[in-house]
This record gives sequence, C-alpha cells and structure tokens, in this order.
Amino acid sequence: MRIHQEHLGKTTMKINLELYASLMELLPPGKSRHRREIEIPDNAVVNDAIKQVGIPDDQAHIVLVNGHFVCGSERDSKKFQPGDVLAIWPPVAGG
Amino acid sequence: MSWTKKILRVNLSDGSCTPEPLNMAWANEYLGQRGLASKYLVEEIDPTCDPLGPDNKLIMATGPLTGTMASTGGRYAVITKGPLTGAIACSNSGGFLGNEMKNAGWDMIIFEGKSPEPVYLYIEDDLAELRPAADLWGKSVWETDDLLHQMHQDPLLRIACVGRSAEAGCLYAGIINDKHRAAGRSGVGTVMASKNLKAVAIRGTKGVGNIDNPEKFFQAVNDAKAVLAENAVTGQGLPTYGTQVLMNVINGVGALPARNMREVGFEGAENISGEAMHEPRPSDGKPNLTTNAACFGCTIACGRISTVDKNHFSVQNKPEYWGASGGLEYEAAWALGADTGVDDLDALTYANFLCNEDGYDPISFGATVAAAMEMFENGQITTEHTGGIELKFGSAEALTKMAELVAHGEGFGLDLGLGSKRLCEKYGRPELSMTVKGQEFPAYDPRGIQGMGLGYATSNRGACHLRGYTVASEVLGIPVKTDPTVTEGKAELVKAFQDATALVDSSGLCLFTTFAWTMDNIAPQIDAACEGDWSVERCLEAGERIWNMEREFNKAAGITGKDDTLPKRLLSEAVKQGPTAGQVNRLDEMLPEYYQIRGWNEDGEVTEETRQRLGL
Ligand code: SF4
Repeated sequence: MRIHQEHLGKTTMKINLELYASLMELLPPGKSRHRREIEIPDNAVVNDAIKQVGIPDDQAHIVLVNGHFVCGSERDSKKFQPGDVLAIWPPVAGG
Repeated sequence: MSWTKKILRVNLSDGSCTPEPLNMAWANEYLGQRGLASKYLVEEIDPTCDPLGPDNKLIMATGPLTGTMASTGGRYAVITKGPLTGAIACSNSGGFLGNEMKNAGWDMIIFEGKSPEPVYLYIEDDLAELRPAADLWGKSVWETDDLLHQMHQDPLLRIACVGRSAEAGCLYAGIINDKHRAAGRSGVGTVMASKNLKAVAIRGTKGVGNIDNPEKFFQAVNDAKAVLAENAVTGQGLPTYGTQVLMNVINGVGALPARNMREVGFEGAENISGEAMHEPRPSDGKPNLTTNAACFGCTIACGRISTVDKNHFSVQNKPEYWGASGGLEYEAAWALGADTGVDDLDALTYANFLCNEDGYDPISFGATVAAAMEMFENGQITTEHTGGIELKFGSAEALTKMAELVAHGEGFGLDLGLGSKRLCEKYGRPELSMTVKGQEFPAYDPRGIQGMGLGYATSNRGACHLRGYTVASEVLGIPVKTDPTVTEGKAELVKAFQDATALVDSSGLCLFTTFAWTMDNIAPQIDAACEGDWSVERCLEAGERIWNMEREFNKAAGITGKDDTLPKRLLSEAVKQGPTAGQVNRLDEMLPEYYQIRGWNEDGEVTEETRQRLGL
C-alpha cells in the first residue's frame, strides 16, 4: 500500500487483478471468485503490482497480462494500461 | 533386476494359462511396461489384424519399478492394437493393480485368442486360471468389483474389469481397476470385451525383490522422494488442486477449446475448475471435493475423490451416486464441460462417475458428444435420432442423459460409442470430427499452443496429451519456459518430450513425477533396480527406440505420414477472440524439421540408418 499512498490522485490507475489456486487467500473481500479491481501507480511495473498485493516472489509463477505471458525478465519493465487484467498463479501443473 | 522374470500367457480360445520366462534380451532394449510389451505385441501379431478379432492380443504389463518402494511405482499398462485408431495402443493406469500383479510373481500377462464364453482370470500368486463369468457379464464395473470381492471373500483382491459400454462395443471403452482408476484411452477395454474377458482379479503375497543394488536403490529412491516433496507442484499444487487447477490457466492463456473446438475460451471455465471444486455448495455446505487420493506408493496424491450434490437433478432418487467416488481430472472436466459448453460441476461429476462405473473414456466421450451437438445444431442429427433429447451445447440434461446411454449401450448411446470420427462420417460431416488418426483431442487447443499441434499430429496413438506433454514447457515453464505461440524449436521440444515419456511409461513410474523430476532423478532409480548400466543417455535412447518401434508398427498397419495431420478447423479457422486471436496451428512449419530430427525421410518413414542406429 505504500506505493499506492505515494501516488494517490492523478498518478494512479485501475487494473483488474486475478488470483488463482492458493493465491486466492490474498484476495481482499469481494464478490467475484478470482477478480478484484485494484489501484496502482501509473508507472508501476508488473513486479510492483505483485509486491503491492503481497505475493512472495517464488509464488508468482505464471503471470499473464491480458492473457499474455510476462516472463521473469520482463516483470521489472512491463507497465500497464488502465483496465488491464493481471492474472497470477503459483507453481501449478496437471495433465 | 526388479523383475520376477516370469510372464503369464493366457490362451482364451483353449482356456490355458501358461507361465514362461520373460525375454530379458528385450527387457535390456525396451525396459518394461509400454516398451517391452509393445515389443512382444509387434513380434506376435499381424499389424493388419482386426483389433476386435481373435488375432489381436492384449497385454497387461508392469515396469521394473512397479511394486517397488519408488514413489508412484504402482503403474501398469495395457498394450494392444486399438479399435478406435487401428494404431498401436498403450493405456497406463495407477491404482493398485500393477503392484499386485508383480507381488503375485508376474511381470506381464499376455491374452490371446477369444473365449467362447465370458470368463475372468483369477490369480493368486502362482495359481492362475480362467473361471466362468456368465454372472458378471452385463454388470457394471462397480457391480463386478463388488461381486468378485464377495465371491472370493477377499477384501484385498485387486480387480481390473470392463463395464457395459465395452460389452456393447463402445470403441473408446477402457479397463477400470480399483473402481476408478483407468487404462482409459484408445479402446483397450473394447478389445478386452471382444475376447469375452470380463475381469482380472489378482492377489499377490510374494513381495517384490530382485533389486539389483538395494543400497543404491534405497538412496536413489529417497533422494528422488525428497525432490517431489520439496517441489511446489508435486509437493503442494497437485495434492491440493489436482490436475484440475489447469482449467483456469489454459483458459487464461487462450488455449482452452470449447464447443467441439469451434471456439477457443470458455466463459464457464471457472465454474468447473479445481478452485470451484473446493467451494462449499449452498445446499449442504460441502465442497465437491471430499479429499485427495494416492495410487500405490505415490507421495504426490493428485487423485480426486468427490461427491455430487444430492439435490442435483442428475442424482435425485439415486442414492447409489450420493457417496464419494473418483472425481474430475482436468481432461475429463474439459471434455465433459467446455467442449460440450456445460458449466454445471455436479453434472460433470455425475457423468464422470458413469464413465468410471461403466468404463469408458471421458475425453473421447465428451468430444464425441460435442461433435454430435454441433451436428444437432446444424440439423444432421435430430431428436428422432436422440430419442427426443434436445442435444444442445450447454445442456447438462443432454450431457448426463447421453452419458447414461453410452454407459448402458442403449439407443443413441450406440452411435456415440462409435467415437467422433465414425459418428461424423455416419451423419455426413466428417470435417466436424476433432480427431487425429481417429482419436479425440484432449484439453489443449493447438492453435494456442503450437508444439502441442505437432505432438498431436505425430502421436503414435492418435490425438493425446500423454505422448509428449509440451504444455509443461510452453505454458507451465517446466523444465524451461518456451513461447507457445512460436513454432521455432518445437520439433526438437516435441521429440525430447516424446522420447522421455516413452521411457517413463516403460518404467512403472507415473508421468506426473516429471513435473519435478528430470531424467537425472529417474535414471539412477532404474539403474539401481536393474542389471547393467542405465545411464540417462541409455534411458533416452531406449525411449527413442520405443517411439520408432511404435511408428514402424503403425506403418505396417497402414498408417503413414499422411496421417500426421490435424483437422482442417485447427489449421485454417483462426481463433476469434482472446489472447490467441488470429492464430491457427502452423503444423507445416514444424513437421518437416521434426521428420529430419527423428531421422526419418520426408514421407515420415523411419530410414534404414535410424533403424540401424537404434537396433530395430
Ligand atoms: S501422481 Fe496421481 S496419478 Fe500419478 S501415481 Fe500419484 S496419485 Fe496416481
């Protein structure tokens, strides 16, 4: 929330956060099963948003923005557009 | 070597059961289970034989690690010529049958011929005999299992059997063991029923020995178990959510096919997901998921045990379905759900119970219903065919009714039992069949995951995710992340997955260990258990040998490079929406390179040089 405080006002934007599997425990109360609207600084990168939500580094395994993978190296540079969907999974697999 | 070095040959035509020594020279080349039994099959049957005729054989086989203390070491496989595809079929199952077979002192059972009357095979250690099964014929898997336990007064008897769907000729019937573990795909149960063989009941008390180097084995197994426990996927993800955690992942990345693969992306995915299975229902406050479960010796325990809401329309006044039973796995939930457009978790769970109760493959069944739904929408199939049922996409009532008809081999269920390819041909729309070599697709759209397209097209048993699961790399980042939208590098990736999988399937271990293990964890366990030196290189070469042997069988059966393709829909109808919008599968960019890397000619034939290199 620190980042959020510093950037209150014009410099924040809203994106949609989706958390899955064990990360659902970190969702604030709300109606949707997986999705919450969150406010982030305009210039936040993906890793800032991950930190803001309180997800430990090793738990943000699959990270998608609008369905596109954001791999480790891009998470410190990729920024958001208002309304983007940021979806995060811990390490999971199946088959 | 952890072999009993003894196999059982059962001649169903004359009723004889004869022990014979295991061919150890072949075991050294093909390891066990899938590889070794395929070698026996290839040597013993005419590849052009009728899969449902007496000349086909059916082999139940363990691997060298089956029944040992290796984690997940309880697997067995059924190898035969499959009726759905006409290709070599190998279906793998967990539960407790494989280790029981080994404990009774048998590495493998070969069934040949055809019994004049229904029979079951009873094994108690060295005793092996065929017994009459007239009373069991016409019974479901669950009834058969209960009756055999009662008859033998032995709660520890392990049973594999076929249900009524197989007896009725459903071409994708499986063999179910322990009531809800399945050698599920490619119609291996149909072959078993065609031989008038209803069940195999085994009690083994001998223990599994013959470990080549027990001390080394103990160490290798313990080290490997620690890797499984510490890995986030095998230690936490799979036990908690099972394979069903993939529903939202695959939908999220734009690779979840829906409505007979006409669409990509399913709006109801989250209602039928692994997460939804954990949610308390409004009616009784209980979740769909009761508990997880493990196969013999497994330290992962990915299995799902579920209940259906007693008030759900599908089970009202049917108390026999109110108890907990084998629940939804991801592939089943996709085929029964997204592919038919149904997002009713209870309906899917009930349909899945029926698949277990009467032994048929939920993937092929769901995909065949989906094709029928598309033909219903287009008017080729009408309520006259379906017995008055409105076979509409999204109808849970239609889905559950169809599941009952296939289970009992009645009415339109007989048509659905043909599988998607034959059904679409029968009703004049062959292009609507979403199959490769006659087998239905599982739950990953190859327009969204390019490597899977190549894997499906070249799979030796038709469309299948378990012949080379590149989803692990392309989506899940295991062992390394690759981009699912590119074709570059996929030929090599597919080959690597196919060869490694062939080896794991021949070992007695479960493929799911490979979410944590690499060949560096697997080879030392095989090496310590078996005679000789089983290095990583030797393991991978054996995997490649097995793959090529299967390919050669298929060629002799009349399946050629021309069959290494995908339905037109997936090659030419682009995804309309979502993150993969505009994509088709670009198989032509991958296939020639794949042939080259495999050492095959441009028609996809194994060259003499490759044959020599692999000792085929
Ligand atoms: S991981 Fe799952 S399927 Fe594999 S052996 Fe364990 S419980 Fe069975």
